Amino acid sequence: MSAAQSTEPSTPDAVERLVEPSRQPRGRRILTTVLRSRELAILIVLLLVIAAATLTTPSFLFSSNSWRDLLLTPSILLLLAAGQAVVVITRNVDLSVGSVLGLTAYLTGRLFIDTGLPVVAVILAGLVVGMLLGLVNGVLVAFGRVPALVITLGTLYIYRGVVLTWAGSDRINADDMPRSFLRLGTASILSIPVLTIIALVVLVGVGYYLYSARGGRELYAIGSDPDAAVLYGLDVRRRVLAAFALSGALAGLAGVLFAARYGTVSSGAGTGIELQAVAAVVIGGVAIFGGSGTVWGAAIGAFLLVTINRALPIVGIPDFWQRAVVGGLIIGAIVLDRVLANRTARKLTEAREDA
Amino acid sequence: MKIQTKRATALAALTLSAAMVLTACGGGSDSGSGSGGEGGGGATTVTFLPKNLGNPYFEASDAGGKKAVEEFGGTFDEVGPQEATPDAQVQYINTVAQQGINALVLSANDPTAIGDALEEARSAGTKVVTFDSDTEPQFRDVFVNQASAEGIAKSQVDLIAEQIGDEGKVAILSAAANATNQNTWIELMKKDLAANHPNIELVDTVYGNDDDQESFDKTAALLQSNPDLKGIISPTTVGIAAAARYLSDSDFKGKVQLTGLGTPNQMREYVKDGTVKGFALWNPEELGYLAAFTAQALVDGTITGKEGDKFTAGDLGDYTVEADGVVVLGEPTVFNADNIDDFDF
Repeated sequence: MSAAQSTEPSTPDAVERLVEPSRQPRGRRILTTVLRSRELAILIVLLLVIAAATLTTPSFLFSSNSWRDLLLTPSILLLLAAGQAVVVITRNVDLSVGSVLGLTAYLTGRLFIDTGLPVVAVILAGLVVGMLLGLVNGVLVAFGRVPALVITLGTLYIYRGVVLTWAGSDRINADDMPRSFLRLGTASILSIPVLTIIALVVLVGVGYYLYSARGGRELYAIGSDPDAAVLYGLDVRRRVLAAFALSGALAGLAGVLFAARYGTVSSGAGTGIELQAVAAVVIGGVAIFGGSGTVWGAAIGAFLLVTINRALPIVGIPDFWQRAVVGGLIIGAIVLDRVLANRTARKLTEAREDA
Repeated sequence: MKIQTKRATALAALTLSAAMVLTACGGGSDSGSGSGGEGGGGATTVTFLPKNLGNPYFEASDAGGKKAVEEFGGTFDEVGPQEATPDAQVQYINTVAQQGINALVLSANDPTAIGDALEEARSAGTKVVTFDSDTEPQFRDVFVNQASAEGIAKSQVDLIAEQIGDEGKVAILSAAANATNQNTWIELMKKDLAANHPNIELVDTVYGNDDDQESFDKTAALLQSNPDLKGIISPTTVGIAAAARYLSDSDFKGKVQLTGLGTPNQMREYVKDGTVKGFALWNPEELGYLAAFTAQALVDGTITGKEGDKFTAGDLGDYTVEADGVVVLGEPTVFNADNIDDFDF
């Protein structure tokens, strides 16, 4: 969040804010942080998109269906983005989440067909299998000392290969899964869809951990400077391992929810969604080189990505341009990051010289 | 094309056994039994290359192909990419050519992009049969057409017209924007609608790229941007299932009609819960079965792919090659609540 600081360093107040923010009153500090946060900026963009679409077609927001879709559609990507954010904060990346999602989505269907396990057990199975697949990534990255990009690119293909071999040209149809499970994909409690509630609960849990727990703060430390973290005595391996396991578990959960939501699962389920997850994280203000950003930002980024895709055709922008718009957003976010980071660095230097 | 076919035949003859050559030359235009090469030809190797794996439609057609190949005593193989893109098919075509497979039966992801690879395969002696989605005619020996494009377009227009009372706004949810057959059908549907159903207005065509999630989200967007929509036509198996899934849990269920091309197994749930009244498809198993027999007839020389060639396709009976080397399977079947349980594919 320090990347968002951009005041004139000449006034003593500004210097104080940069060099020693804790000297300011607490209320004011929080207000400044919120107002200057990337999260707020993306949230405003998101609200603008929703407003534009609603103005063109009021039913974008004002019908029971569209309210549900608005909240429901991003929930799967939201889970992936939360996991991805944790991994990216440690200066790693997890490209295998799309394949993990595909694998657990297919597993979900197979478990219903072959074993008749209760719904809760199937959800847990998806979560556990996802976590194990994530652990494989974590072990390879933490102990193999190979860049996560390469490792998870490899497991992206390996896991997808497993699904392809297993599923072949077979496919899970809605007919194969119990009604109660499929209803989970569309049901609402107090007009909030169940899948969204699941995603939000996960999000709050992860967000709180990152913000206040010792382990969470260590993840930021590792991402800021991995070597320094080792010298400082942090258990870098264990933390990185845990981050990948979490990302895998959330991708596994997302796979189960995918099956509930879409009702059909083929071997190609979730192909390419890992890039959307990375995009959501980047748009949400998590620096790709680790050490900064929040899961809230990533979640809003995911929400924005999905909602933009839904809103563009309504606003009248043709199908084919939607990807270009998303690309523009990503590049815009990165450029903004760079500019803000450079500016903050410069001002910090100036502030230090002034002080 | 004729010259190419002859050259391909000659090359094929070189690589095959002497007995095979005799059968090939002796076959000529003799329409006799399609499985004539069974004894003399040894095991005909046939490889099926669908647009992509994980697609129930091709699962059924490949099963039909396998059945046919087993009937005439050949060797069946199935390969395919994960995603329905032309570049993904090229490597499989190259492999088939290198392996010296007798016949390649494929559904093309692009009418021209895989042409070079196919030409190479044919010059290596492999017979090329397209089914479901054709290439340009010069790149293959025979195209096994599921039904005439007019028949397919008409059956879907008739279904939607009946379901919405021949009046109101409809939209199309297609596969990829450059999918050959979907685009042909869409053009014909437009003509049919304009000529015979003046009160039906086609308001939009969207593309779900044969991806569950994308088709699902496109359906939602379609309904949102056209609140007074009365019907959706989805001439692709992935699209219709995704659209049905969306409709089945939405306020639009029963208000917006959905029809198109789908497989009974995918659609059973939605036909039974009343989301979908009826949809059409030719029997893909029969399509694969016919394609395999066509491949066999090409390999043993019963047909060369020219207009008027006749052959027998096992249980399906006699077929004649039409202009441009096309063999037509027949009329599509309509599936509804009454007959859907009679089918399993």
